[in-house]
Amino acid sequence: MIDTLRLTAEEARGLLERGEVSARELFDAYRAVEDDLNCYLLRLDEGEGAGVPIALKDVIGTKGIRTTAGSKILESYVPVYDSTVAARVKVAGLPVLGKTNLDEFAMGSSTENSAFGPTRNPWDPERVPGGSGGGSAAAVSAGLAPWALGSDTGGSIKQPSSLCGNVGLRPTYGTVSRYGIVAFASSLDQVGPVTKTVRDCALLYSIIAGRDACDSTTVEVPDVELPSAQDLNGVRIGVPTEMNDHPGIEPGVRALVHKSIELARELGAEVEECSLPLSVDYGLACYYLIAPAEASSNLARYDGVRYGLRVGADTYYEMVERTRDAGFGDEPKRRIMLGTYALSAGYYEAYYGQAQKVRTAIAREHAQAFERFDVLVSPTSPTVAFRLGEKAADPLAMYLSDLLTIPSNMAGLPGLNIPCGLSEGLPVGLQLIGAQLSENTLFRAGHALERAIGFDTVPERLR
Amino acid sequence: MAITREQVLHVARLARLDLGEDEIARLQEELSAILEAVSKVSELDLADVPPTSHPLDLVNVTRSDESRPCLPLDAVFANAPEREGDSFRTAPTA
Repeated sequence: MIDTLRLTAEEARGLLERGEVSARELFDAYRAVEDDLNCYLLRLDEGEGAGVPIALKDVIGTKGIRTTAGSKILESYVPVYDSTVAARVKVAGLPVLGKTNLDEFAMGSSTENSAFGPTRNPWDPERVPGGSGGGSAAAVSAGLAPWALGSDTGGSIKQPSSLCGNVGLRPTYGTVSRYGIVAFASSLDQVGPVTKTVRDCALLYSIIAGRDACDSTTVEVPDVELPSAQDLNGVRIGVPTEMNDHPGIEPGVRALVHKSIELARELGAEVEECSLPLSVDYGLACYYLIAPAEASSNLARYDGVRYGLRVGADTYYEMVERTRDAGFGDEPKRRIMLGTYALSAGYYEAYYGQAQKVRTAIAREHAQAFERFDVLVSPTSPTVAFRLGEKAADPLAMYLSDLLTIPSNMAGLPGLNIPCGLSEGLPVGLQLIGAQLSENTLFRAGHALERAIGFDTVPERLR
Repeated sequence: MAITREQVLHVARLARLDLGEDEIARLQEELSAILEAVSKVSELDLADVPPTSHPLDLVNVTRSDESRPCLPLDAVFANAPEREGDSFRTAPTA
């Protein structure tokens, strides 16, 4: 009997290597778990490969397998080529369990913006799993997949992992190819792992990372080291006050993060407070100009001509306008409108141009901090999982969910979420931020802390 | 930072969105609130700071100019709403 709720990907790999289960039996064990949380948009009956099966967020293009990005406009889109990450997963022999639910075009923080209905949080089905990658995060916590891939623009891997109580890595910008990924904001989008443990996260990262001739923004990636150290001796940890004392952070979240920081000190880390004065105050505003601007440009391709939905009309422009009105949901429309406005004549310098300068200031501030520290820590999400519908009617309240994940994303830095306890019965996530290409440092720190915290990733109601 | 109904219609036209009446009213309200929040970026004096368009230090990444096989035409048209011969068919532009 395979306990899909508890089995880590590393343990699953051990079972396969020792011949204790077959890849088919392993696949079927996950396939047999009922998806009563709407984690998947599509589940496959069988997969290719002899390895540990995996779930893919439905922005990841898969040849011959429907890829919708959670949007009506791509409802019947079947890619004719594999994204590079899907190809790498295939080469590694990981059978694909299915495609996971998400906020439409990865725009959102709750998965409620999916055109195919929300995903629910495995810890409390009346609450959201976070977003945009709520499907991947919920699937891993609910025993529907041993591990999964997500994509993160403003926090879409880290924040759902925080709300669902598992491990999520947003890698350094440029380490994982975006070829074949449905684009949202190209200077920010990054694919990364969602797993139960930091070691699983490092394993999966080693499979997907690396330079790709099909994505000219990719870079050479240092060899991944599977973490084993149990101490944090010599690790310098910075605690940015603005990211830990922000009034929007719930007291329960603050207390658990504080406790983890004390634990890091006990494990041998040198811990000191520091400051990122501009990053938190201006990060969100900067992001909500740059990301929608890039989205408005990326989503211009959905015109009903080459692929995707078409709504017929007598003239070309009527066809394009009706197709886009019928195919896009409220959030993509909002962001297309916002981005188009910010890029339009007369407003470009004041909005987009100024936001790009703020972005430089944020990157400089982080670079300065990393002269003194190896890792910066904060809560990943200012709150635990909120109720379905609670923020759906107020876009600005929803945007605040990413307050603490956005600043480092603007600077292209890697960020790791690990669960650090329960507040009111719901998971709280600790965010570890590193310098560019310092994933191995994050894995080391994350692994040691994860071990010391001893969080049980299985949702209480499913134990 | 209130924006007018005319501005919403202008931007919708630039973005090629045929918005319904209810959407126009709602977006006018929502965009005004969001723009007010993001206008915060103008508080900073960053005249001497260069803009960042991309977080990496990569310049002029090229690959060797070699021909490679491309997708067969049937694959290219596999998702097309309407195909005519080797072309995508659309409604007339005028």
